[in-house]
Amino acid sequence: MTTEIRDRIALPTKDAQKTNMTCHFCIVGCGYHVYKWDANREGGRAPGDNALGVDFRKQVPPMALTMTPAMTNTITDRSGKRWNIMVVPDKECVVNSGLSSTRGGKMGSYMYSADGIGKERLKTPRIFRGSEWLDTNWSEALAIYAGVTKKILDTDGPSGVMFDCFDHGGAGGGFENTWGTGKLMFSALKTPMVRIHNRPAYNSECHATREMGIGELNNSYEDAEVADCILATGCNPYETQTNYFLNHWVPNLSGGTADKKKKWFQGETTAAAKLIVVDPRRTSTIAIAEQIAGKENVLHLDLEPGTDTALFNTLFTYVVDQGWHDKAFIAQHTSGFDDAVKTNRMSLEDGAKVTGLSVDKIKQAAEWAYKPKASGHRPRTMHPYEKGIIWGNDNYVIQSALVSLVIATQNVGRRGTGVVRMGGHQEGYTRPPYPGDKKIYIDQEVIQGRGLMYTIWGTNPFQTTNNAEQHRAVLTRRANIVREAMVKARGADVAAMVDVIYDACKNKGGLFVVGINLYPTKLAEAAQLLLPAAQPGEMNLTSMNGERRLRLSERFMDPPGSARPDCLIAADIANTLKALYTQAGNAKMAAQFDGFDWKTEEDAFNDGFRQAGRPGVSAIDSQGGSTGYLATYELLRKAGNNGVQLPIKEVKDGKLIGTEMIYADGKFDTKDGKAAFKPAPWNGLPKPVAAQKEKHKFWINNGRANEVWQTAYHDQYNEQVRGRYPMAYLEMNPDDAKASGVAAGDVVEVFNDYGSTYAMVYPTKSIKQGQTFMLFGYFNGTAGHVTSDWTDRNVIPYYKGAWASIRRVGTLADYKATVSFKDRHFA
Amino acid sequence: MENPKVSRRIFMLTSGGGAAALATSSLTPAHAAQPVAQLAPGATTLKYPRRAVGKASAMPVNQAVSFSYPDASSPCYAIRMGTPVPGGVGPNKDIVAYSGMCTHMGCPVAYDPGTRTFKCGCHFSVFDPENSGQMVCGQATEDLPQVLLEYDARSDSLQAVAINGLLYGRQSNVL
Repeated sequence: MTTEIRDRIALPTKDAQKTNMTCHFCIVGCGYHVYKWDANREGGRAPGDNALGVDFRKQVPPMALTMTPAMTNTITDRSGKRWNIMVVPDKECVVNSGLSSTRGGKMGSYMYSADGIGKERLKTPRIFRGSEWLDTNWSEALAIYAGVTKKILDTDGPSGVMFDCFDHGGAGGGFENTWGTGKLMFSALKTPMVRIHNRPAYNSECHATREMGIGELNNSYEDAEVADCILATGCNPYETQTNYFLNHWVPNLSGGTADKKKKWFQGETTAAAKLIVVDPRRTSTIAIAEQIAGKENVLHLDLEPGTDTALFNTLFTYVVDQGWHDKAFIAQHTSGFDDAVKTNRMSLEDGAKVTGLSVDKIKQAAEWAYKPKASGHRPRTMHPYEKGIIWGNDNYVIQSALVSLVIATQNVGRRGTGVVRMGGHQEGYTRPPYPGDKKIYIDQEVIQGRGLMYTIWGTNPFQTTNNAEQHRAVLTRRANIVREAMVKARGADVAAMVDVIYDACKNKGGLFVVGINLYPTKLAEAAQLLLPAAQPGEMNLTSMNGERRLRLSERFMDPPGSARPDCLIAADIANTLKALYTQAGNAKMAAQFDGFDWKTEEDAFNDGFRQAGRPGVSAIDSQGGSTGYLATYELLRKAGNNGVQLPIKEVKDGKLIGTEMIYADGKFDTKDGKAAFKPAPWNGLPKPVAAQKEKHKFWINNGRANEVWQTAYHDQYNEQVRGRYPMAYLEMNPDDAKASGVAAGDVVEVFNDYGSTYAMVYPTKSIKQGQTFMLFGYFNGTAGHVTSDWTDRNVIPYYKGAWASIRRVGTLADYKATVSFKDRHFA
Repeated sequence: MENPKVSRRIFMLTSGGGAAALATSSLTPAHAAQPVAQLAPGATTLKYPRRAVGKASAMPVNQAVSFSYPDASSPCYAIRMGTPVPGGVGPNKDIVAYSGMCTHMGCPVAYDPGTRTFKCGCHFSVFDPENSGQMVCGQATEDLPQVLLEYDARSDSLQAVAINGLLYGRQSNVL
């Protein structure tokens, strides 16, 4: 590497190529522009001499732009030509209005260059033979992959072929890639043995709300600007949906949207929004909201962990007793209200006892969120929620309780309302229907020795599943059986190697593990085959954000080496299988792999997203619905970073027209069109979780941190992030830390009956005694090791339901010297 | 140019006015026409000016002292932390200096003596002067640029001599 000069950067030349990029990372999907120009040239400092049009001859004033070294890179294309790139936020994008987050702001440096942060990317397929990883070509890799697959299909049937696969948008996802993988798994291979990137089965994170007739992304980000009250449960948007919070919540909390509210809601009382946060932990969002709105306008319902259902039932009961529910709406547009009032009944006193909140606090929340305003109108209260509920104590029941409260008060389908997921990744789902009639706990299948082949596609279950220690131990043991057999197969050609692998799986308890990913990841410690995938920018990719905004991220560079888009890898696998079956004279099976003759990712988009709901086409589950066909790459390119909100209504004058608010017509997604109340009696903690709580002193709450994206697949190679958090941190109350004999920067073992891991102690006054918070899914310290194997009725884990003991390991002098342990909260 | 979504009121409330006991330097560029620094062949470092920051013994502990560097339109702060810190100079190796502009969008950072951090009121980034400007939490992609100081024991004087990290709103630290 050359001397790294960090006090100046190259400006894009005036003629630099400019393309659209939606951020790779969180659900918000901020708009960015990619500038690309000859690496031997640079733009001048006069505004007319650079593509940004900014005068760099003098100090640029505050808030004018974000342009940092992390946003720049030098890439090399396959012809050897070098280009400079700069990836900067788009001021015209309505999502982020020119703001960049600490995650998205690093996209430029996360694009591949041979000596850059991405240098560990997979560049060619790799095979584990002779006890080492070796580069191979696609031809050998695909022949082995398809050969083993065919043998399993022919002998054992599709259930022998298992997958752990992304189902989201953004990097490692998108409509092209969910379709490519989905078509391979579900209609070609026809296997039901599939789980999703962050959970051990093929299931929704939002079963209850969907059954009640309400899809989980039903409003626009603009609704947060005009809500009277935001009741946010189990989410921390400053850190995890940053620019949704900064660009759409903050203006409302500060009173900056008063004029818009007056204009939209004439005759209604309007004021700056009040914020209620339901979370056992005081989050940075709460600290910042208090700064903006004043403490008197922020209410923190710091309930006991796992008691959300009790809180919502208490609020529901109180609202109905006060007569604040919407009787006309309930009568016209809902069903099951009377039953829910009975089953979900919980008095203020009982609710207070279970949740640990005072009666006054619960009443205060009800008054802010549901008591009619001075003008007599019902408040417009938005109910965002995320992993506190989704990974909470019985996802299905909490959601049933929350959404019942929401429909009783008609806080859906009206502007300024919505009961919505905040989201993790962007969305991008288009797949044939799942070929099974029940949810299969795939991790348990692995643990119990079932399945012969496991493709782990764009995911990392070693870092992001529950009961992770046992799952990893068994998977690795089974994978090693295959590795050992492969070591002995010296000189084996493809056919012989396929037989060796199959024999080790079928007769010796082994598991053939294939990783398809950007990086080797921790999976490289177990797998036998790795295939290199591409990320946005290296391929064209469409996704939608948390307000269903569909955008096209445009390809502007080559993937490293021979890496391929996931959808085209799926097509390669299908086409290899088709050739094998054709060769074997099995026309019927060969036909199962028809329809993958795609040359580009656009072909996959046209085959899936744009075919859903078309006459004569087999069923496709698509977030684009039956009007997805209206979206072409050409129109999406024109629509730029503002794209279109799904579902698309029409194309008018060459412009895609979308939908801002779902259910505005009062018709819900049930057979009778009525939103269905759902019984959700308070059910306490699940037994296995309660047993851990009984035995172990600390609640190991866990979740995400602002500076780290997902499994840190890029971030772990970036010194700015790795230096900040060399190990998963564990927030502890200073008194607890003292009593445990640990201090900032010490390493502790966190352990319970399910597993053990290490974490770096980060004392903070804002966390209660007996409670901790551990960074989830990290590469060094895995919170999932202490999460139980308990799941709800739909096999959704209770990641947050971890209680464990803590043992001091010792001091890492390096951590103490280089890591800041000052308060992460602004105030 | 101000982001219309962050009101002026909030901007003032959370950035300049409250926490720190010091006035932030003027945000408007003090001058536009500094001579352009040319990189001479043979040089890999910018030609930074040397600029006097003050006397070390006169510096109060845990309070930010305002100065500008490398030119009048770049506000900076020097702090005597009271205990030795990475990059610290002076008799006790405890004096450090940083840019006063957040690396995210250039808003003024204010020093909070209570938490011993720099805070940006626009998008709530927090930086640690006792850890080379490390971002504690926030939306920047770069730590706070550290102004490199030299200390002359005979005269007890501090001089700013270079900057580690790119200043907000510049193609190059030297205009």
